Amino acid sequence: MAMNHSDNLNEIRAIIAYHKRWDLLALIAGIVALMIAVLTFIALFGNMIIDGMPRLTWEFFTSFPSRKPEAAGILSAWVGTTLIMLVTAAAAVPLGVAAGVYLEEYAPKNLITEIIEINVTNLAGVPSIIYGLLALGLFVYELGLGQSILSAGLTLALLILPIVIVATREAIRSIPVSIREGAYALGATKWQTVADHVIPYSAPGILTGVIIGLARAIGETAPIITIGALTFIAFLPPSPIQDEFPFVSFEWLMEPFTVMPIQMFNWISRPQEAFQHNAAAAGLVLVVMTLLMNGLAIYLRYRLRKKIKW
Amino acid sequence: MATPETRSPKSLRHSYKRNLKERSIEMLLFLAAFFSVFITFAIIYLLISESFIFFEHVSIWEFLTDTQWTPLFDDAHYGILPLVSGTVVSSLVALVIALPFGTIIAIYLSEFAPFAVREIAKPFLELLGGIPTVVYGYFALLFVTPLLQTLLPELPGFSLLSAGLVMGIMIIPYVSSMTEDAMRSVPMHLREGSYAIGATRFQTAVKVVMPASLSGIAAAYILGISRAVGETMVVAIAAGMQPNLVWNPMEPAATITTYIVQVSLGDLPHGSIGYQTIFAAGLTLLLLTLVFNILGHLLRKRYREIY
Repeated sequence: MAMNHSDNLNEIRAIIAYHKRWDLLALIAGIVALMIAVLTFIALFGNMIIDGMPRLTWEFFTSFPSRKPEAAGILSAWVGTTLIMLVTAAAAVPLGVAAGVYLEEYAPKNLITEIIEINVTNLAGVPSIIYGLLALGLFVYELGLGQSILSAGLTLALLILPIVIVATREAIRSIPVSIREGAYALGATKWQTVADHVIPYSAPGILTGVIIGLARAIGETAPIITIGALTFIAFLPPSPIQDEFPFVSFEWLMEPFTVMPIQMFNWISRPQEAFQHNAAAAGLVLVVMTLLMNGLAIYLRYRLRKKIKW
Repeated sequence: MATPETRSPKSLRHSYKRNLKERSIEMLLFLAAFFSVFITFAIIYLLISESFIFFEHVSIWEFLTDTQWTPLFDDAHYGILPLVSGTVVSSLVALVIALPFGTIIAIYLSEFAPFAVREIAKPFLELLGGIPTVVYGYFALLFVTPLLQTLLPELPGFSLLSAGLVMGIMIIPYVSSMTEDAMRSVPMHLREGSYAIGATRFQTAVKVVMPASLSGIAAAYILGISRAVGETMVVAIAAGMQPNLVWNPMEPAATITTYIVQVSLGDLPHGSIGYQTIFAAGLTLLLLTLVFNILGHLLRKRYREIY
């Protein structure tokens, strides 16, 4: 009888030891997997720094692309990227915020609302190159905007629209009903409530979403290639700010362009090693830009979570 | 007895002007929201109408069964299979990396990791997910391929293997982040019940938390798959761009997406058959991702748990 009892005990101990071993293994596997992700990131960054750092001089930012790798720079690329981001933000922010406000504050519970909601979710899953095809057919040819900064900016605006809408909705949802009830109690109309309370209070959350969206847009390559961005641009579009009346000009909207990721892609596909070092340098600039933007967004969200308590 | 005038001053009276303003603002906001539906229709209309012209030249049967894709050659063949094979092989390689690694990281972060580790690791993974794909392409071509060549000397300079590997690494953050969110949303009392009957953390994760969050995990996997299928730049840079009906990841090949890029890099006249091929290819891609999205939707419905 006693014999039997200790046998049982040993069996239970064996089972416990067995499961604890698996638990430990899972823990180790998790840490190793995370470490591999970290190492990959270090390899990616380190590799680019080693290849690209020597090319990162002031001239690199102020020179046009060139057939001579050591004279080539990213001037037209970063100017193009900046102008396109202006168009993208100008189109995606009002449209996305308006759509988000409608879905959260106004939309009745009906079929149309449900269709819009499902549609926004699905749009976020459409491959970016499909947006490129849409832009090629719609903006470039149907609307006759050509292969211009305007076409590219609008394309990226469509691409990040779901991100802005979802961020707006989440930001608005976190505002308690009591704020709205307070406004209504003072006799405010719906739009007064939304414009004076809901939107201002959710602005930091919306901003976070906009930054994440723009960070994504900066790195997008495929849709911009599809609408026919040139890879070799050795001039700048006319400046938006003019010396003479009316001081602003929109001629730049219709100019051909290149952007950072396309410049980088172009340099990668050349066989000479010197151009690939240029690609590494352009990649570094691009990565630092997106990391800064995403970092800002994460920081904003972090502060938001800590500071605001309704 | 107060007259109506004294009871309600002019400025507070029911105002048609104000109502009109409210109404028109609501209408504008609705139009903005409905614009997203318009985008979907525009995509579908454009892809189908251009493909329709394409299929007047090329029969659907030829499109689906021909084993060569050479639309820009004199001897033109229009078989989508080589592009589909490239897409499937590179995606499979990517998923073999991304799904297990993403899941293991998610289990670790959700069930094992101390608070501080999770607070650092989550934003870090998000940052990794934000790196432009063209940069990952550079990494695949100039770092991973030479590295793989020291292990596999017969590997060519362009291959689906290295493109797929890097694509997999690229997708890990998406999969792990979404899977972790799904697992974290499982209520604590389920875990406590499991611990109370003596289960380890690993047993709890695999036998309680994962089944309970299956719908969210399925959504994460589906997102990973559609990202792999639609990914363009990594493959365009690291896998070469020649259409090749192969099922071996050690070969170079084109995918549906890289074909579109390749054609766009050249200068094809609007309205030519070459121009229409990219819309036919795009339609195929959209249908592929649509299949996965519907599948994901069904899985989510089937396994949704409500607490």
